[in-house]
Amino acid sequence: MSPITTTPRVPRRRGRRGSSGAPAGQGFFASLTPYLFLAAAVGLLLLLTYLPAVNMLWYSFTDWDGLDLEKNVVWLDNYVQVFTNPQIFGVFFVSLYYFGGSFVQMAIALYFAALLSYRTRFSNFFRGVLFFPYLINGVAIGFVFLYLFQPGGSLDTVLGWFGLADPPQWLGDPAIANVSLAGTSVWRYTGLNFVLFLGAIQSIPGELYEAADIDGANKWQQFWALTFPGIRRIVGLSFVLAVAGSLSVFEIPFIMTGGANGTSTFVIQTLQTAFNFRQVGLASAMAIVLLAIVLLVTFVQRKIFPDEKVDLT
Amino acid sequence: MASRKAVAAAIAGAATAALLLTSCSGAPTGSDDGLDGEVTGEVTFVTWRTDLIEDGTFDTYAEEFHAKYPDATVKFEGITDYEGELRTRLSTTNYGDVLGIPNSVLPDQLADFFEPLGQTADLESTYRFLAPKSYEGVQYGIALGGNANGILYNKDVYEQAGVDTFPTTEKEWLAAAAKIKATGAIPLYTNYKDGWPLSQWSGNMGAITGDPDAVNKIAEEDAPWTEGGELYAIDSLIYESVAGGFTEADPLTTNWEQSKVDFATGKIATMALGSWAISQMQAAATDNGIDPSVVGYAAFPATASDGTQYAIVGGDYNLGINKHSKVKAAAKAWIDFLIEDSGFTDTQGMVSPLLSKDLPDNLAGFADAGVELLELNAAPAGKEALFNNIADAAQIDIWGNIYRQKLVDIARGAADGDKESYFAELNERWADARAAQG
Repeated sequence: MSPITTTPRVPRRRGRRGSSGAPAGQGFFASLTPYLFLAAAVGLLLLLTYLPAVNMLWYSFTDWDGLDLEKNVVWLDNYVQVFTNPQIFGVFFVSLYYFGGSFVQMAIALYFAALLSYRTRFSNFFRGVLFFPYLINGVAIGFVFLYLFQPGGSLDTVLGWFGLADPPQWLGDPAIANVSLAGTSVWRYTGLNFVLFLGAIQSIPGELYEAADIDGANKWQQFWALTFPGIRRIVGLSFVLAVAGSLSVFEIPFIMTGGANGTSTFVIQTLQTAFNFRQVGLASAMAIVLLAIVLLVTFVQRKIFPDEKVDLT
Repeated sequence: MASRKAVAAAIAGAATAALLLTSCSGAPTGSDDGLDGEVTGEVTFVTWRTDLIEDGTFDTYAEEFHAKYPDATVKFEGITDYEGELRTRLSTTNYGDVLGIPNSVLPDQLADFFEPLGQTADLESTYRFLAPKSYEGVQYGIALGGNANGILYNKDVYEQAGVDTFPTTEKEWLAAAAKIKATGAIPLYTNYKDGWPLSQWSGNMGAITGDPDAVNKIAEEDAPWTEGGELYAIDSLIYESVAGGFTEADPLTTNWEQSKVDFATGKIATMALGSWAISQMQAAATDNGIDPSVVGYAAFPATASDGTQYAIVGGDYNLGINKHSKVKAAAKAWIDFLIEDSGFTDTQGMVSPLLSKDLPDNLAGFADAGVELLELNAAPAGKEALFNNIADAAQIDIWGNIYRQKLVDIARGAADGDKESYFAELNERWADARAAQG
């Protein structure tokens, strides 16, 4: 009984819905469904990312101070100032510390990912431990490390146990301050790299390792011949992220030093320009220039190191 | 018939009721008669004093206010990052009814955001500190309280170091600092990491020469960092103190809350802060079982050419009324209540904006030392925003901490340059910005 009654119901329902072409109606609405789902996400993206970005582009052509009700258009004056004022671009070399740090970060992440992809005792525990820093809020990390780096703080105490009696001022000494901050950044982001690498390593088929074992390859040879080529794309991606990230470092130096003592980065300087010096127009231009630089660097990088197809056979 | 009449009456009654209801519900929000309307409705007070909301002081005020004006109530909104948050909120219409006018609003922008409170000339006989929030003769804000500017010092530390009188020149200051350092205390704490305490030094502009027009004159100078100038005297004192090793060892890890305790317990000898800090330091002393009378307050160590020491008094945040407020009359009543009836300035140890009230006790030290109080003059008409515009264009934040942090870095050898080169650079940037302002 039931199969007979259900089958004719379907066309009837169709007919009720679409007043025009009945069968095409459901096809149309059905094909619309994915777009409706997308609309919410795209709508939010447009509203919260692209609209402000377009607004910022508009501000960058004005001399707006953030409060004035009218904005005077000055066209490219702000951009000219960004490129001619040595104070503005002078801070980019600070990014080199973080760029250098990102290599350390990737090396550590790769090391542990390779290690923990084998069956190790408590490997899940160690994976958790390594990923944990990435889950902590950046502000909290800033404060924790602020206490760690204090004179006579935790770091100095620990070093004291090993007989290092005269530690430097980790944040006060300008020669070390940026290294300390970059170190904090490494601590924070290693977990992310680690998880990416680990995921990639685990997607490499296990038979390849078995075959390598049978051929008598040691772990080191397996790493260079199998693991590393297998995750090259992820390493490449991490590299792009590292460059973009080190150009736009913000949270950690802002919270820990506020950009003082020669630790100011481009983003901190943009923020200061906008809010301390009330030059929102100029700051917007700086932000646009940073965006352009990141895009350019990424583009050049992809040209020099093209995304090769991974082939393990 | 009877029933028809009853229906008609019912309808009329309902209509009247509806009218009454709408007018009632409209009354608290819709009585936009400006400042002279009826004192009704709920006033939202956006405040920077989150501590007074937490400890219930403001609630007590609100109850008293409600007792005085039964139709009006006050609601509080405390903001920790007051300047930063208000700056973006001003672009909306929703920034409370009464609020402290953010410093980022320049005089020529006041009318865009705030309700005029009257002609400055009319208010002058009643209030102090009107100049900064007046534009073209119209007053937009009245200070909730005022402060003197100078140096906080720990009397015990000075006594132990054998310094009997507080220094009145840079030379004496450095000599005293050396003696204090010998006792093991930090002669001057900059609070470099928190930043904003470094901006407090600028409050002394005008005290060095004793000229109420000092700040306005700087806007007309190409080289304010020249010996004899206000900024030179202030920044030179900071520089020499840091270069002499008279400040904290690691400025990057200073801590404002801890510094209050350290000051009270004698680990720190001096800090440059407005007189608002006196009560906080006294509280810190009491909390640590120390007699609060240990907190001393002195004028900036400089003596004007007439042989007198001056200290600048100025208003703290000015209270203004949101131009878009629906309860302006009640908002004005709340401002008047806070200033005249609440006793706010007495409990906070601040200078009352009312000319009729005396100076607070904590400034008694000034009178003993023969320090004269000085209020800065307003900028001349048409140049109200000039000083700030030059500073912003030069990217020298006189009212901030960025350029002074650099100064401290140079003085302690953490950045390139020396006093002369940095002051020359500041002068050059100032002159360029001045030229660009036309």
